[in-house]
Amino acid sequence: MKSTHEPGQMLVVDDNRVNRLLLTRALEQNGHLVSTAENGKVAMEMLRTKPCDVLLLDIDMPEMNGFEVLEALLQDEELRYLPVIMTSASDELDRVVKCIEMGAEDYLVKPLNPVLLRARVNASLEKKRLRDEQRKLFRTFATPEVAEQLLREGFSLGGKYIKATIMFSDIRSFTTLSENQDPSATIELLNNYFALMFDAITANNGTVNQMEGDGLMAIFGAPAYRENHRRDAVKAALEMVALLKTFNEQRVVQNKDEIQIGIGIATGTVIAGYTGTEHRATYTCVGDAVNLAARIENHTKVAGKSLLIDKYTREGLPDHIHVEGLGEVIFKGKQQAISVFAVNG
Amino acid sequence: MPIIDKATFDELKEMSGEEFINELIDTFLEDAPKMIAEMKSGLDSNSVETYRRAAHSLKSNAATFGASQLAALAKELEMLGKENKLHETGDRLRALEEAYESACSELKGLKS
Repeated sequence: MKSTHEPGQMLVVDDNRVNRLLLTRALEQNGHLVSTAENGKVAMEMLRTKPCDVLLLDIDMPEMNGFEVLEALLQDEELRYLPVIMTSASDELDRVVKCIEMGAEDYLVKPLNPVLLRARVNASLEKKRLRDEQRKLFRTFATPEVAEQLLREGFSLGGKYIKATIMFSDIRSFTTLSENQDPSATIELLNNYFALMFDAITANNGTVNQMEGDGLMAIFGAPAYRENHRRDAVKAALEMVALLKTFNEQRVVQNKDEIQIGIGIATGTVIAGYTGTEHRATYTCVGDAVNLAARIENHTKVAGKSLLIDKYTREGLPDHIHVEGLGEVIFKGKQQAISVFAVNG
Repeated sequence: MPIIDKATFDELKEMSGEEFINELIDTFLEDAPKMIAEMKSGLDSNSVETYRRAAHSLKSNAATFGASQLAALAKELEMLGKENKLHETGDRLRALEEAYESACSELKGLKS
């Protein structure tokens, strides 16, 4: 993580020139880059076109005041988490309280105390950086939508029942494949492969929550609820198969072995939540549908198909997706026979 | 009450540096008359918001320079705006102008 004392991009918003000059000067002395705006309206325009780490905001301004700016920031998906420090007169603390309630991070009283200014700006800057990193992290394993939800609502290490579609996928005969090439080629292959699969899954609102060796597990319909999770999952799988075809064409040109994958999908009620500790948590789900998806994925080898789904997933698909019934299969550990379907695109 | 509180001013000067304090004083002397004019026009046209905001700004800047009398008067006048009692300003605006003139000449003298 970057240190607290690295410079940031500040935006000072105040209708008073002396205040703007003073604040700019003090921030520049701390090494920050400073832009200024004379009212909220100008500030919002600048924020939408130029990156900013911390906003220093006056309350009383013509055109658009501090309250209105805070409100506009809350409405903006991109700017919602921008740390705002209110700069106010000492006799308007009641209004500052309202600003904090509206999402402002902190406040400073004018005339400014340079020591407090430095401390509060650095604290806000640190928060911004932490949030940015968190956001980046979330986005690597979830869709932007899920990442935003997590940021907004935070982690709660508790579970709930949800209806979701689960996908398992892995590379066939991967062990044999990796024995015949040098280790760096295997890692490179896996990285390229996962990059493609992640793209297909996140583009279709799925969340990859597990990667192990050459296999992965993805959830559709959670953490953020999506009505069409069954269709999303199958669409993602079809894209994965199509992307892999292109990937293999490139490998053939490079004189490398083609790879084949198996994908199994099942839908049902599962218990989902974050498991782990406050420091390291992963979103996961457990339940029959999870086991079933894993079994179905395993069955792709027997059936000689790359994409298999269960009955409940099938019922959520639009007509134009061609599905072939493969009859009933009794899976290990399951009492009842399960109807399995192959999706051919 | 001093016209310019020495301690406040020195602190400001130390924080901003010789050159910058001059720029700051010049800016204030340029803008303060505009704020007083806005207070007057706000009063004449009964535009409470214009009047109050100008008084607020003047109070804030006066306090920054340690212009205690000016800041106190501006604060009183701002309060009247907040409470919607513009009719009670009386001759306090006149007193504010005088306080500004005194602060103005002291600040000019304090420039490096």
